[in-house]
Amino acid sequence: MTVATGARRAASPALERYEAVIGIEVHCQPKTASKLFCRCRADYDGAPPNSLVCPVCLGLPGVLPVLNRRAVEHVLRVGLAIGATIPAVTRWDRKNYFYPDLPKGYQISQYQIPLAADGRLVVETSEGPLTVRIRRAHLEEDTAKLVHADLDGRAVSLVDFNRSGAPLMEIVTEPDIRTAEGARRYAEELQLLLRTIGASDADMERGQLRVEANVSVRPRGSTELGTRIEIKNMNSFRSVERAIAHEIERQVAALEAGEPLRQETRGWDENRGLTYVMRVKESEDDYRYFPEPDLPPLRIDPAWLEAIRTELPELPAARRARYRDVLGLPPADAAVIVGDLEATALFETLLAAGSPPKAAANWVTGEYLRHRKGGSVPAERLAPARLGPELARLIALVEAGRLTLANAKAILAAHLEGGEAVETLAAGYERIDDAAAIERIVDEVLAANPAAVADVRSGKDQAVRFLVGQVMKATRGQANAARAEAAIRSRLGQADGAQGPTGPAAADQGPTDPAAADPGAEPSP
Amino acid sequence: MSGIRPAPSGADEELTRLGVGELGALLRRGEVTATQVALAHLERAERQNRALNAWLHLDREAALTAAGEADRRLAEARRSGSEALAACHPLLGIPVGLKDLVSVRGGPCTAGSRILAGYRAPYDAHITERLRAVGAVILGKTNMDEFAMGSSTEHSAYGPTANPWALDRVPGGSSGGSAAAVAAYHVPAAIGTDTGGSIRQPASLCGIVGLKPTYGRVSRYGIVAFASSLDQIGPFGRSVADAAVLLHAVAGRDERDSTSAPVSVPDELLALPDDGGAADWLRGRRLALPREYFVPGMEPGVEARVREAVAALEAAGAVIEEVSLPHTEYGLASYYIVAPAEASANLARYDGVRFGPRLGDGRDYVADYKRTRGEGFGAEVKRRIMLGTYALSAGYYDAYYLKAQKVRTLIKADFDRVFAAGFEAIVAPTSPTVAFPLGAKLADPVAMYLSDACTLPVNMAGLPGLSVPCGLSEGLPVGLQLIGPPWSELTLLRLGRAYEAITADAPWRRLEPSDLAALDDPATPTPAERLALARAAAAATA
Amino acid sequence: MAALSRADVEHVAHLARLGLSEDELSRLETELNHILEQYAVLARLDTDVIPPTAQTIELENILRDDEPGPSLPVTDVLANAADVADDFIVVPAILAAPDATGR
Ligand SMILES: [Zn+2]
Repeated sequence: MTVATGARRAASPALERYEAVIGIEVHCQPKTASKLFCRCRADYDGAPPNSLVCPVCLGLPGVLPVLNRRAVEHVLRVGLAIGATIPAVTRWDRKNYFYPDLPKGYQISQYQIPLAADGRLVVETSEGPLTVRIRRAHLEEDTAKLVHADLDGRAVSLVDFNRSGAPLMEIVTEPDIRTAEGARRYAEELQLLLRTIGASDADMERGQLRVEANVSVRPRGSTELGTRIEIKNMNSFRSVERAIAHEIERQVAALEAGEPLRQETRGWDENRGLTYVMRVKESEDDYRYFPEPDLPPLRIDPAWLEAIRTELPELPAARRARYRDVLGLPPADAAVIVGDLEATALFETLLAAGSPPKAAANWVTGEYLRHRKGGSVPAERLAPARLGPELARLIALVEAGRLTLANAKAILAAHLEGGEAVETLAAGYERIDDAAAIERIVDEVLAANPAAVADVRSGKDQAVRFLVGQVMKATRGQANAARAEAAIRSRLGQADGAQGPTGPAAADQGPTDPAAADPGAEPSP
Repeated sequence: MSGIRPAPSGADEELTRLGVGELGALLRRGEVTATQVALAHLERAERQNRALNAWLHLDREAALTAAGEADRRLAEARRSGSEALAACHPLLGIPVGLKDLVSVRGGPCTAGSRILAGYRAPYDAHITERLRAVGAVILGKTNMDEFAMGSSTEHSAYGPTANPWALDRVPGGSSGGSAAAVAAYHVPAAIGTDTGGSIRQPASLCGIVGLKPTYGRVSRYGIVAFASSLDQIGPFGRSVADAAVLLHAVAGRDERDSTSAPVSVPDELLALPDDGGAADWLRGRRLALPREYFVPGMEPGVEARVREAVAALEAAGAVIEEVSLPHTEYGLASYYIVAPAEASANLARYDGVRFGPRLGDGRDYVADYKRTRGEGFGAEVKRRIMLGTYALSAGYYDAYYLKAQKVRTLIKADFDRVFAAGFEAIVAPTSPTVAFPLGAKLADPVAMYLSDACTLPVNMAGLPGLSVPCGLSEGLPVGLQLIGPPWSELTLLRLGRAYEAITADAPWRRLEPSDLAALDDPATPTPAERLALARAAAAATA
Repeated sequence: MAALSRADVEHVAHLARLGLSEDELSRLETELNHILEQYAVLARLDTDVIPPTAQTIELENILRDDEPGPSLPVTDVLANAADVADDFIVVPAILAAPDATGR
């Protein structure tokens, strides 16, 4: 995917002289039932204000934190998945700052010893693979939510503590990214990784994945870092790419104009397509970190780590490679399937049921995604566990030559619409291969369509397709289209199979690709 | 004295002179009811609090409800037989006081600060739950130095507490209200907290028993934090056995405090040996006497009493050897970095947003924070927040905070070495001085900090420490401190019990706090008035 | 160790969000410096190879299972707050976030 700014960048000679240096900081919510240090429910999204709050996450006098094991394990999972170093012992630190969304006046975080350090993530970009080094991943508690409001003419902020104390994983890269596209791809790949290993739902719209970028530019060839500017409020992958592309242009334009850049935090305005100043950094923040005395250290013994490692599923990169290299899928198909956990689950179910990989991949990337994106099919009918066995049966019928591709698609649609079993639906769609039966129908069709017959005879080959279509119509798509065409040509004295590229033979003999060739003559049921 | 109010009934008044054990026996035999016991103590406390100011809140209604419940449980146990009666905790039906930093659901919890005025805790502290479970009767909340920062209870936003032995003197601190209440017979036992000596030093100054348990022994859940790695909750009593019973009720692992240790609480705490058994137990025990604890500035009378106590223990068969705890002199400086640093974070939550009064015009949250905190905290708290913030701030962390943490390692190693050498406990003074006059040290924070010189190393090392009365100097109580290795509370209490036994006949044991009678005199100035007078006098001489 | 200047005292007071009067600032400048002088004793100790002690408790891995429990009724959450509207706690209008977590 190329965005407009990418094209403009290529067109601007000034941009060509500069190189961007980008680091990404992601905050994501590990998937837990309860908060990080108390037992309030962590699914704050949509909950009534201040309904998921207890003395601990409200920071009342006298409260103490108790660490959620699952939250720790999710970070360890991520650490293992990015090949990071996991310390033998870690501990917690207090990060001190005052803000109305931070009830205790400090955030329990990890400063000196993160749960994971020195990992990496390889992402595919239009310029080839990009290795992004990940400096650290650590666990901390989330803050409350501030809502700005007008209260009888008074500008105020309203505090909702439901999010306060929810677990938060911070994942920080080295400044290894050079393009806006690379930044977006990194964020997408990280989301996929988090979802694949079950560490987080990582839904950006629901605030479970928040992406911030540190962007600076420097003349190409320079090894010094430019003034670093932090960008926030990027609420989608698209806005990550747009915001960074915009920011690179803005910084280059400023430097070209001789304007100095300030170290600052800028927000992305999606509607106006530009970044704006949120906060100027006057001095380094003094967070006065010190070891959290209320929590004992955490020893990550090898057996614990090994147990987590053993439970890790196949990671996206390995899965793509296997689909490509072992199953022989086209890289694009492998990427589409792996990039979508539901699609992957469906694909794996089909493989497990014995479907040929390429056929399975075609059905998943084609019909399945089309129906899913159409939005009219109830989600439970698309669930891999339910759809998988049905679709596998359908593929098997097609592979066995007992269903035409067109009818198989029709059956899938009918199954998704009404929920009836594929087996039952297919009974009415068995392909008619019997030569005598086909010839009988062909004769009826020729008799009923004298004009078309005349056209064929006068050399208008499209008329053959029309007649095949009529045969299909008469048989509700069950006739073997190739045989029907052969019968028509034979009856009308034409040579067999000498016709165009989308001849019915291609359609019917390519059952592995339901999406590719669909003869126009076939009626859609 | 002419103005003395008629004492209620003599019998009720006598109930307040009894300890936990004696009251418990009467309650179990049905000779008195928990309600009678509660009323006797409540009336004394209510009557005398004007002159003592030991209590910030007395909750008559809640206390009588709890006492009624205790009476119901006692009656039921009596019906079920002697076994059921014996299974009742010795605290069932016994009035206790809580330092006003212990959360009690629905009740106030000021921590001695204006910034918590009006705050009502929506939950019970762990120890509150435990006390309710055993059937103790919580009479109310006691005065304290604001956020437990102080050694005199003069840093309370609600006025100082007087010492029952001399009403113009401090009871020590920060748990001065609890200590004074126990010494003045308002309750037989009370809860305090000890971060650098805040149980042991007031126990010493008020002539009662106070125990600071091993760090991790008692859950801190629901206790307003001062310095999280040093704070411990512990009991006051007029006897070692009473303190032991209260410890037994509140100690033990709590899953809501991650630093609360899964160490079992011995039931022997409820059955400390009698005089004969205790003296027998003492023979052959090896005790260490650290030479560094006779610090410069220690009053000769205090040193004399402590050395006499050591001699008495030795005469009774204990083996006492002088040892060195060489890093003792660094304790004060390192403590006054670590504790304020942790406090600076612990006290960040007092911002007027979720609880407590909020000051300011509501236009700028930073300005409102500053006003709320600037006016809500007292001078000592602000001093320590400033110190702690500075010690943690960029550029100073290594020189102050990290350095203090390293010195902490050395202090702890000193103790480890002594206990590894086979000593069962260390014997030392609790406080270098007896109770000092109200106002005497308010102008000089460092002089005040020196009050904790003998107690704060114990917190730095996380060890248990017990203070027991060991006589008087200039008519004021002196405390003997017993320090043990982690989880050695039972040994320390047995040792304290033994010391009680061998000094049972000492004349000072029969003395009551000398100013008790004045507490009933309406002409007696309040502690706040006395402090104001002292300040005025000091200003006049200056 | 360096002495605290008046400006240092003001900076620390700002970090700690303590509103202090001129008098208080002056008094604290004197007092804090006096206390810091007492800290000088620590410099006499060579602690280069001494590990720091942040906690005395010898516990590790105190973790709880991820099981949700009850929260407070919203009335209890709001009961102690100085300013409340529609189940929210009200604070002065906040414009931009100071921390690094996007809020
Ligand atoms: Zn909570």
